[in-house]
Amino acid sequence: MHTQDSTEAGDKQVVLSVRGIRKRIKGKWIIEDVNFEVREGEIFGFLGPNGAGKTTTIRMLVDLIKPTAGEIILCGHNVQREPEQALRYVGSIVENPEVYPYLTGWENLEHFARMMPDVGQDRIREVVAIVGMDKRIHDKVKTYSLGMRQRLGIAQALLGRPRLLILDEPTNGLDPKGIKELREFVRMLADQGMSLFISSHLLSEIQLMCDRVAILSHGKVLAVGDVDELVGGAEPYVVWQLDDPEKGKGCLAGVPGLQFAEAGIRLPDESQLAALPGAIVTTLPAEQVPVAVRLLVEAGIGVLAVQKMMPTLEELFLNMTEGEGIA
Amino acid sequence: MLNLLPLIQNETLKVWKKKRFYVIVLILVVLIPIFTYAQMKMAQSSEDKDWRSKLLQQITDYQNALSSDRIPEEWKTQRRVMVQQLQYYLDHDVNPNSPNAVTFTRGFLDNSITLFIPLMVLAIASDLVSGERTTGTIKMLLTRPVRRWKVLLSKAVTLTLYVSLIIVTTAVLSYLLSGIFFGYHGWNQPVFTGFQVQGSAVDSSQVHAVPQWLYILMQSGLIWFSAMTVALLALMVSVLVRSTAASIVTMMAAIIAGTILANMASSWHSAKYLFAVNLELTNYLKGTPPPIEGMTLPFSLLILAAWSAVSLIVSFVVFTKQDMMN
Repeated sequence: MHTQDSTEAGDKQVVLSVRGIRKRIKGKWIIEDVNFEVREGEIFGFLGPNGAGKTTTIRMLVDLIKPTAGEIILCGHNVQREPEQALRYVGSIVENPEVYPYLTGWENLEHFARMMPDVGQDRIREVVAIVGMDKRIHDKVKTYSLGMRQRLGIAQALLGRPRLLILDEPTNGLDPKGIKELREFVRMLADQGMSLFISSHLLSEIQLMCDRVAILSHGKVLAVGDVDELVGGAEPYVVWQLDDPEKGKGCLAGVPGLQFAEAGIRLPDESQLAALPGAIVTTLPAEQVPVAVRLLVEAGIGVLAVQKMMPTLEELFLNMTEGEGIA
Repeated sequence: MLNLLPLIQNETLKVWKKKRFYVIVLILVVLIPIFTYAQMKMAQSSEDKDWRSKLLQQITDYQNALSSDRIPEEWKTQRRVMVQQLQYYLDHDVNPNSPNAVTFTRGFLDNSITLFIPLMVLAIASDLVSGERTTGTIKMLLTRPVRRWKVLLSKAVTLTLYVSLIIVTTAVLSYLLSGIFFGYHGWNQPVFTGFQVQGSAVDSSQVHAVPQWLYILMQSGLIWFSAMTVALLALMVSVLVRSTAASIVTMMAAIIAGTILANMASSWHSAKYLFAVNLELTNYLKGTPPPIEGMTLPFSLLILAAWSAVSLIVSFVVFTKQDMMN
């Protein structure tokens, strides 16, 4: 299954272009043929289970690892051939935000600022304000909590006014409040025209945070597309709650175009269903819903609730990888 | 593109803030008074005697040892050379061991070239690269718009600065601390140098006296050279080995093996191409016979330079090509 890239993409500038990269480590292909593009101002999700090659790919994007084949173009510059030009446009946190514990937050930022052109004290002050660390910035990093290290990591990534920000599993180790703040922060940066590349193994996260997504499994990109499109590609479920489920089922079976989910079709998120005991999951074209309701009412069955449920990316992903497993 | 200076500033700052240099100074401040005290005790025990009679006594001791059958031939050679040197000092009416801060510094530098200075150099050199890999900060360092060779070069320059600083600090501290006991004079006291050891004989035709301050300057230069070789080798090991502990142990083992070999390998001739056997450059100044026949100052300098060059090349090639997996 391969979803087409969204069509209105043409007018937006491509910030990062990954073309056919492959990587072999110790005779084993870790990455086989990864292709995608990240455009200006979008939040791009990079989704895959642990071990799919997300971090290896990210390391290639920032020139920590050289690809065996293929090329990575950052704002028109080849990362491997012109790292000094290309890496100027990117800020990144690869895995954990590793900073020098024996320096203060401010000294860390100064250290990284010296490695970039045109980043002075003013810019350091600016990024400190953006991540809201004014109070503790002159303390030694070894006294920081994980959340604060994360903020400092983001601050250093923003120092060079990057056009692309790469965050590798950014919600790892954050509490729900921290995750919500991060989501808002990421959206704010994107609204200012920055592109973001966010990897995750959690679909719900990508779904909540990203505009587009590439799905990675075993070193291959299975699909690239709008998050909405990838989700919209599948038919929504119609979930029924009736006062007499047994009788209702028989009645619903007579509705044209209706199929029960139990009959070999995928099910939506189980955690969502668990909150609806006795629910009947069906697929049904939207225009047939009133017909079905009328039939139920005529048969004297009380309708407690009817709701639409979107299939999650998780389900979509499971289907893709399962399909691959069989093939 | 980007100037090297800010990178060197970064690296120097990091070593400084890691407080490695404080530790080195602390070690020196503790150790030097201990040696000074030992030296002072020695001087006191024979205070009643004139230095000439002490020297004569020493010469007689050595000569007695020479007539013994149980002493191996190599030792005898060394003793013979020392006897001739002592005789030279006696003939020219110069006390080689007159107790003052400058003489102490000279002796301390002589003894620290094989183990002490290399150890202090390793404290800084061994985790320059491996330390950043252990903590993961290497990822932050290498994802900047800076070429990798510049990053490594800035580390190498920083290392050079600290090696120089270590040697200067060692000399200055040992002068200042021992002076408390011995007095701060002795700068112009003559020291004889230029003894040519040929087999078991000493050729003293080239011998000339230099003031002690100049001798210490020459000594420091040679120590710097040998310390730089150790530093560059340690930098290479630090690039190749991911763990700092492994990196220190590897280098220490190599250096200690070298000092042991220097004492026993006089008949294994190709051992003279090993770097660790050549580290004791100041011995050429003093006129002690070399550990292996045929070794001369230019030879040792050449060997050390070759080892340094190779380690620099390996460091740069590996560091710029390496995949940073963690």
